[in-house]
Amino acid sequence: MGNNLDALTTVFTEFYYWVTVVFMFLIHVGFCMYEVGASRRRNHMHTLMKNTMLIPLVTITFFFFGWWIYWAFPNGPFITGGLELEGAAANLPTSPTMATDLSDRITGVFWAAFLLFSWTAASIVSGAVIERIRSGAFWIIAVMIGSVTWIIDAAWGWSPNGWMVKLLGYHDAYASGVIHGIAGGTALGVLVVLGPRLGRFAADGTPRVFAPHNPWLVTVGLFLIYTGFWGFYAACNVPIISPEGIGGQITGTTWTATTIYLTPTTLGAITFNFLMSLSGGLLVAYVVSKGDAFWTYSGGLAGIITASAGNDLYHPIQAMFIAGIGTWIAYKMHYWVERTFKIDDAVGAVAVHGYAGFVGLVICGFMLWGYPSSPYEGFATINPLGQFLGAIIMFFVLGFVPAFVVSKILDGMGLLRVPHAVELMGLDFRTMHEEEQARQDVRDAEKALV
Amino acid sequence: MGSTWAVDLANVNAIYPWQGSEWIMVIVAVAAWILWHIIQLREEKEEFNKDIAEYGSKEAIRKALDEHVD
Repeated sequence: MGNNLDALTTVFTEFYYWVTVVFMFLIHVGFCMYEVGASRRRNHMHTLMKNTMLIPLVTITFFFFGWWIYWAFPNGPFITGGLELEGAAANLPTSPTMATDLSDRITGVFWAAFLLFSWTAASIVSGAVIERIRSGAFWIIAVMIGSVTWIIDAAWGWSPNGWMVKLLGYHDAYASGVIHGIAGGTALGVLVVLGPRLGRFAADGTPRVFAPHNPWLVTVGLFLIYTGFWGFYAACNVPIISPEGIGGQITGTTWTATTIYLTPTTLGAITFNFLMSLSGGLLVAYVVSKGDAFWTYSGGLAGIITASAGNDLYHPIQAMFIAGIGTWIAYKMHYWVERTFKIDDAVGAVAVHGYAGFVGLVICGFMLWGYPSSPYEGFATINPLGQFLGAIIMFFVLGFVPAFVVSKILDGMGLLRVPHAVELMGLDFRTMHEEEQARQDVRDAEKALV
Repeated sequence: MGSTWAVDLANVNAIYPWQGSEWIMVIVAVAAWILWHIIQLREEKEEFNKDIAEYGSKEAIRKALDEHVD
């Protein structure tokens, strides 16, 4: 910290990201509530623990290697250059700056902001596969997406130097693809191998409804996810930086907030667009689902996710309509895929995150066609083809394919799916049975005292 | 790190204990992580086998489905 202005900027930036991390924690609280509410009573403790334990597993692996990947892989490697070993060295788990170090005060906070995105990516997958995946298998998949595949996509397409930004003009300011697209694709890859819950489809292929055991928990959970999403949006920005700090083509002395690509935006813009896209999603989802609470709340989320790729630049009314379009497509696609391919996505995660994220990237390519993707020279401008290819990379190449392969391996080892007898009796059967016996013992003891 | 805070903080970098043994700590931690997965996968398999052995008959499962309606 050279002078008071430097010190103030550093402390403000540290605190800014720190607050976003606390807000983003609510995403995970929301996902846990939502997922447990959507499961049947005989499975809810296993469902809760499945989601909860991804927190420590993704956290430690993100410390071991995930964070390093982000800094080492922006060139592919071998697409626009090799591994960035020198630049990434400070982010190895052995680096002094990855610990208590008075010469670097911000790395831990910045690491945590990315880590919370990792939890979110894994948590999105968690909901889709409830009530029949083995927890051990899910946690391996959670580490895969949380500490490997999503952070590779971030290095490629969510970094000022990513090869997708340079060559394709890829733009995804608030993570339509880099979080939601990849998580939806990953969920679909697992679901294809895992199969539907027993009894989910009738012999003629008609889907049966598995009613959530607590719809209020589901809706409050989704409300909490909205709340945490505010932190997510703020965390995607650099809160304040000078043109000198950017070192690109921007002239003058005006400090600004920027996206992760160091392109200018404002906190006001993303506040307008967050709320207008939430509203667009809610309005369309209410109508298309005929007032179904689960889909209306999910539609709010799908709306934000669709508009997120370009919410740094859209007009709020554009954000609202884009959100509505994405939500409508996500809803229709969910039921079409369910009927056609017998995919049992228990919470609609593939639709709300995957299809909406994919559509959002494509729409962004048309809406922001010709906008610069970077403040630096030599980068492609934003364009529809680059965004479409980016959506394919996020959803299929880094989402669906690795998940499908890992699930196949786990399935081949007999580790993916819960045995049918256990699935039918319920994952919590033993616990519930023992608890009931314990209650009965107490009642008998009390009766003996009368 | 020395034994006093009577220093100019501009000249201070890392202040955690066991500096220089970071690689050893990382190797131990990674091994612990992998071991955790191995133990968990074994325990989960044993738990399911036990559930099936005790409650896995058709009659027991039908009874369980009647008891836990949702």
